[in-house]
Amino acid sequence: MDGLSFDIAHMLAGGLVLVSFMLLYQDRMFALLNVFALHAVVLSASVAWQAYIQDAQHLYVPAAIALGLKAIVIPVALRRIVIRLGIHRSIETVVGVGPTMLAGMGLVGLSMVVMLKATGASVDPLAREDLAFALSVVLLGLLMMVMRRNAVSQIVGFMSLENGLILAATGAKGMPLVVEISIAFSVLVAFIVIGVFLFRIRERFDSVDLAALDEFRGERR
Amino acid sequence: MRELLAELTLEPITAVLAIPFLAAVLLALLPGYWLAARLNVLAALATLLSALYLLFDRPAPTSYLFVDDLNVVFVVLATFVGFTTSVFSASYIAHELEIGRLTPRYLRFYHAMYQTLMFAMNLGLLANNIGLMWVAIELATLTTVAMVGIYRTHEALEAAWKYFILGSVGIALALFGTILVYVAARPVIGEGQDAMAWTALIAKAAGFSPELLNVAFIFLMLGYGTKVGLAPLHAWLPDAHAEGPTPISAVLSGLLLNVALYAVLRFKMLLAANPAAVSPGPLMVTMGLVSVVFAAFMLYRRRDIKRMFAYSSIEHMGIITFAFGMGGAIANFGGLLHMTMHSLTKSAIFFAVGHIAQAKGTQRLSEIRGLTESHPVLGWGLVLGVVAIAGLPPLGMFMSEFLIVSSTFARAPLLAIVLVAGLLVALGALMLRLNEVAFGQPTGSSAPVKASYVPLYAHLALVLGAGIYLPAPLVAWFQSVARLLG
Repeated sequence: MDGLSFDIAHMLAGGLVLVSFMLLYQDRMFALLNVFALHAVVLSASVAWQAYIQDAQHLYVPAAIALGLKAIVIPVALRRIVIRLGIHRSIETVVGVGPTMLAGMGLVGLSMVVMLKATGASVDPLAREDLAFALSVVLLGLLMMVMRRNAVSQIVGFMSLENGLILAATGAKGMPLVVEISIAFSVLVAFIVIGVFLFRIRERFDSVDLAALDEFRGERR
Repeated sequence: MRELLAELTLEPITAVLAIPFLAAVLLALLPGYWLAARLNVLAALATLLSALYLLFDRPAPTSYLFVDDLNVVFVVLATFVGFTTSVFSASYIAHELEIGRLTPRYLRFYHAMYQTLMFAMNLGLLANNIGLMWVAIELATLTTVAMVGIYRTHEALEAAWKYFILGSVGIALALFGTILVYVAARPVIGEGQDAMAWTALIAKAAGFSPELLNVAFIFLMLGYGTKVGLAPLHAWLPDAHAEGPTPISAVLSGLLLNVALYAVLRFKMLLAANPAAVSPGPLMVTMGLVSVVFAAFMLYRRRDIKRMFAYSSIEHMGIITFAFGMGGAIANFGGLLHMTMHSLTKSAIFFAVGHIAQAKGTQRLSEIRGLTESHPVLGWGLVLGVVAIAGLPPLGMFMSEFLIVSSTFARAPLLAIVLVAGLLVALGALMLRLNEVAFGQPTGSSAPVKASYVPLYAHLALVLGAGIYLPAPLVAWFQSVARLLG
């Protein structure tokens, strides 16, 4: 593999981590959905580039799914849900932006240390760095799910986490196709499930703030 | 996918997957409760029969599906409990329909989801491909999420949402671990299907990079461990058990936890086959022991009957994980036996609890009193079940717990003391609650319930039988599996 294609792959994967950071501090619903769409676009470009340099035609499928579904259909759908629910003003973060970003940096550092150490000479350098970036994206997605209280932003956090998994799966050269399609498929299914939940939650609570759900936590007394 | 379809010819292994799949499609289309409930039972029975056939005629492994000594135990157990639960479900759901908690439309959805869940679990158990297994377990999670939320009450929605979020995060971590296993296998096995097939992975595990396998196992243990319900990743389990329909609680406790445990066991075998990798035992022992002790104390504070037995499931999954973590012929045998006994007993308890909650119109422990007087058949069934789950002789769980404890005393006495303390604390809590619920002045409605007692007592009879006498072929079979587990 020549230097340039390696650098481009590296840049796209690193870009995904960067956009994950951008997701962390968005405090408006529409901005959050736009950044998520950007996340999906970067993922799609990264996967397509992997397909090109690995000469693996089947990898264009997950790239297309990421572009079509996650960059366009899902953000548009979520946007409509947000408008219908009337929550398009601001979203409260549990902890402030500063500590969240610091925690995010810590997680990225952790994933670099873990993955670069664990993957020795046996793994080719690109797959190795892809895995480290992918773990960062996964952990940042987890962080976002923990930090947000709003159901829609938790969904966005979960989907950014899944994007990280797809980056890892495509970086692992020659991983069988079944898995990629199924990942995309399960994201779709997961989305449908979540969508159903959102509507049910709205029907019952007229709110998607999970704090409303917390009142029912624990046992009925 | 196309290759997978091409492999599907008319064989028992295909039938175990195809029957629930086709039944799910059919049940989604069929209106009417009477026919759907019967079709559900029939499909579950047909699946059970084809699973039993796998015991005698084992097909050669293909790149997607395989049958070996280990997974055949799980498949037979899953299809058996799946069948008895479908019988229980028919009478349980009829009552829910009568009192209007479920509408016919939701019922159609419920039956289709039940068979989809059976399909997903069987696929997860029979998969020879770690990616396919992951997909199957994800599908099983999604179907149970939908079923937990089916009553659409506040509590049910909260439980389903919590289960969904925690379950998906767990499953996502497991996928990352799965990818790492593939990355570790690729330099040794080469690209493509083989690098994800159990049969190839186990054979060549010695050459994998141990560092990668170690990191992968942490992710897999956390990911699938969430689905097993091990503390501290158990938060979804009590809610999901308490708020969904009771047949689903029975299937969750009796089967789905086992499927996740099966995944952990497979990866444990993979690590054990690599001499340089870290030993997975201590991690499993720790998580298992923490679950046992934690759940045992939590049992005292329960006010909801289904929630109490959900905590008891955490405790028992802890015992089983502990046993497999200890390893060795006797502990593995005990773990396997305990898993089988727990599935049978816990689903029997949920069968009883389901009808009891319907008869009394409440799940609150404080409002259920004197069951042996008001509903003798159900009440004594519950007493028997709780005595069994508490690990008292002569029932089957006494034997498996005895094996696990005695083998631990021989090797690590300190761990055994903690384990026994946990078991005794749990025994105390269960007996305390049982005494209140089963005996004393009856409260609430004493009207007879239309219940099917056959599944309940069939399970209890099996547990009692296993406690008194284990047939030699079964012992030999479990022994060979225990050897396989190392």
